[in-house]
Amino acid sequence: MAEETRESALQEAEKRKVVETDAERTRDRLAFVPRADIYETDDAVFVVADMPGVDESSLDITLENNVLTIDGYVEPLPPEGYSLIYAEYREGDYVRSFRLSDETDRASIEATLKDGVLRLTLPKGKEARRRKIAVKAG
Amino acid sequence: MLMRPFTRYTSPWREMNRLFERMPTWPGLSVAPGYPAVNVWTQTDGAVVTAELPGVEPECIEISVQDDTLTVRGTRECGEVDQNVTYHRRERRSGSFARTIQLPFRVQGDEVEAAFEKGVLHVSLPRAQKDRPKRITVKAG
Repeated sequence: MAEETRESALQEAEKRKVVETDAERTRDRLAFVPRADIYETDDAVFVVADMPGVDESSLDITLENNVLTIDGYVEPLPPEGYSLIYAEYREGDYVRSFRLSDETDRASIEATLKDGVLRLTLPKGKEARRRKIAVKAG
Repeated sequence: MLMRPFTRYTSPWREMNRLFERMPTWPGLSVAPGYPAVNVWTQTDGAVVTAELPGVEPECIEISVQDDTLTVRGTRECGEVDQNVTYHRRERRSGSFARTIQLPFRVQGDEVEAAFEKGVLHVSLPRAQKDRPKRITVKAG
């Protein structure tokens, strides 16, 4: 039993690499998909993503065509004078995209970054509630 | 007739697993698997261990050193969440973690430094004075 939990902890520690589909990344660095929790309350959708090594100045959040993309750049800082003898994780950028629903009030999206964790608040707009479209006869 | 003692309490699979777990990747270095993932860097006078611990409060990280063993322990909370919440994705884990790393040399306990920045922990472990290699001059004659 102990061996099984240890193995799952190891898998948890591995990071998922970004799969390049349409556009290639121009930056010559490894990119990972950050683990994220996405949850929703009545007022907003929250995205919490783990991006260790990223701070506010190296994070880009762009919104284009209903797709929200987070792109965090990690500056690799190997300790000077040391050589790496054992590595379980690799350093790289963190990229992930989310498709927003029409409910999101794009103007009030907020983002905070602390200790490598990004918290995105996507409030649901009042106007964007489902509108009933009247059907005219004719 | 030769009777081979039958070890009832260990299965061959467990022995194999144990062998791979403790297989040293570097002479003297032995890392038990677990969370968080660590990288180990060394030079002759010391080592640096880095680990990615996003979202962990620095006060919640406990680092202890004994002889040649480093233990990193702590808890990670994923934030308070109201009752009225629907999860669409749950990929991050929370809870307590503990990890032990055995280094190829003994560490000078009082000179260990740890820094936590942007969610990455850096622990620098200088080698114990008694353990440092000493240069021996060869006398000609």
